[in-house]
Amino acid sequence: MKIVVCVKQVPDSAAKVVVEDGQVTWGDAPLVINPWDEYAVEAALLQGEAQGGDVIALTMGDEGAKDALKHALAMGCNEAVLVTDPALAGADSQAVAKVLAAAIQKIGDVDVTFFGKQAIDGDMGVTAAQTARSLGWPMLSLTSAIESLDPGAGTVRVSRSTEEGQQVVDSKLPAVVSVGKDFAEPRYPSFMGIRKASRANIPDWSLADLAIAAPTSAVEWPEINNPPAREILTEQITGDSPQEIAEKLADKILAEKVL
Amino acid sequence: MSNKVWVYIDQFKGEVHPASWETLGAGLSLAQELGGGVTALVFGPQAGGVADETFTYGADEVLFADDSTLEEYRPEPFVALIARLVKESSPEVLLFPTTTRGRELAAMSSIDLETGVLPDVTALEVADGRVVATRPVYAGKLISKVICKTSPQIITTRTRAFPTPEADASRSGTPTKVEAAVAEDAIATKVVEYAESGGGVSLADAAVIVSGGRGVSNNPALEPPGGMDEKETEIWRAQQGFKIIGDLAGVLGAAVGASRAAVDAGYIPYEHQVGQTGKVVSPDLYIACGISGAIQHQAGMRTSKVIVAINKDPEAPIFKMARFGVVGDLYDIVPPLTEALHQRLG
Repeated sequence: MKIVVCVKQVPDSAAKVVVEDGQVTWGDAPLVINPWDEYAVEAALLQGEAQGGDVIALTMGDEGAKDALKHALAMGCNEAVLVTDPALAGADSQAVAKVLAAAIQKIGDVDVTFFGKQAIDGDMGVTAAQTARSLGWPMLSLTSAIESLDPGAGTVRVSRSTEEGQQVVDSKLPAVVSVGKDFAEPRYPSFMGIRKASRANIPDWSLADLAIAAPTSAVEWPEINNPPAREILTEQITGDSPQEIAEKLADKILAEKVL
Repeated sequence: MSNKVWVYIDQFKGEVHPASWETLGAGLSLAQELGGGVTALVFGPQAGGVADETFTYGADEVLFADDSTLEEYRPEPFVALIARLVKESSPEVLLFPTTTRGRELAAMSSIDLETGVLPDVTALEVADGRVVATRPVYAGKLISKVICKTSPQIITTRTRAFPTPEADASRSGTPTKVEAAVAEDAIATKVVEYAESGGGVSLADAAVIVSGGRGVSNNPALEPPGGMDEKETEIWRAQQGFKIIGDLAGVLGAAVGASRAAVDAGYIPYEHQVGQTGKVVSPDLYIACGISGAIQHQAGMRTSKVIVAINKDPEAPIFKMARFGVVGDLYDIVPPLTEALHQRLG
């Protein structure tokens, strides 16, 4: 049983991200593994433990992105792979998906690939589905539980949390599974795991290693700006009693005509 | 079938997700600039009935499919059909609502159609015959303008970012039935069970949201029942707090939201979380109770039209974004506020 989990490195969610002189910057805020991807790593590790399989963390980016892979290794992944190539600068999500799909094929004999719901930088939320389609694998999004998985028979049964309710789906393997926060709380990296991760030898794969040309990107970002400043005049509602405050506040809210 | 703008109408078990009408409205505006009408795609159970409804919202043409392979939602047969129809007619723009289904269908269609996708956009304009979309990134900390250089330009529109067009019952048309693109035995997935979740207003569609933070567990006046350990007592206190928040939400027909702190502490299920790792919302009215307003929470609710903050700490950052602020204990303020609004709204 071979499991891949795709991760991304992003600025921490507490970062103050701004545009300065046309450049996106997050100051001293650290780069971290995308928080959604920690759930994907947890899901992958749980399956790896249940099935006695290998879990391989995969990302695309520059050398610095290895920190996200090290976090995944410290959580317990067995191996990690970085796809990096100067020709991938400015790649859009479908180009990234094709590269990830090629890397998953190079890893070979993968039964299931996990993704987080979305990355908190670009907020695209499409890479998992695009990778699944590039591979020609079924897409099992919003998975909250894996009910059963039989690598021998090549089948999996998952529960999905959709907008309307809970759906149970049977699928053939290999498949792409994306998970939300309701799957399982991600474990903290162990001390041993951190030591192992710091010594891990993470291979770099170029496009030549994947035997593909740089996929053409279709999406361009001609502009990125700080959001327009909102003119907010905060009106403090005060009074002698909670009742008085509540009455005043209720009148103020109604006067805004949003109800 | 020569319209330049196509819109996917997302429905579940015969009921249209209302965000689809907003997307149709966005498509009608684009068609005015690009020329031609709007073709709507309606797939799934009772698609014929939904197709009639789609005409009333202004679609010029409706293609519908109600094949048994589309009875239960799985992306693969839906994507295959979208891709086949688009390849036959080559529209310029293909719009989806940003529902979970819409987003994944847009993503997968982009691979089949060898084009790009611009998900979750909040505004659209046309320049030099191409669509320029506005997309918040970093949960709205920044705003980007994006274009897709290839056709069709696949775009998903954010819920509540575009107005719903007026339905006009006198508008009608004859929908065109289309056949499924793949047979059941070529589909790798099967839906074996489905259970509807229990009611409540969904955060993404809500016009009003009442949210609670860590502060909901801090009511000193409460006497917890005996026999609970410290954590159980804290959760019990929080649940009493969320009852008060739920009462206010009930009077307003609002959805209940929560901060990450409240969710991580186990006070309320994750589906209620507002913020960068929860849901990004944009209601007309957002009432934050006992929420300090960490930057990652702000990112999820900053575009709300009117923000009301109730917090004990006068220094809480949430007050900087609020139209109205009350420095006070939510336990003192929220119950009389619920009562006052109940009286006024009847």
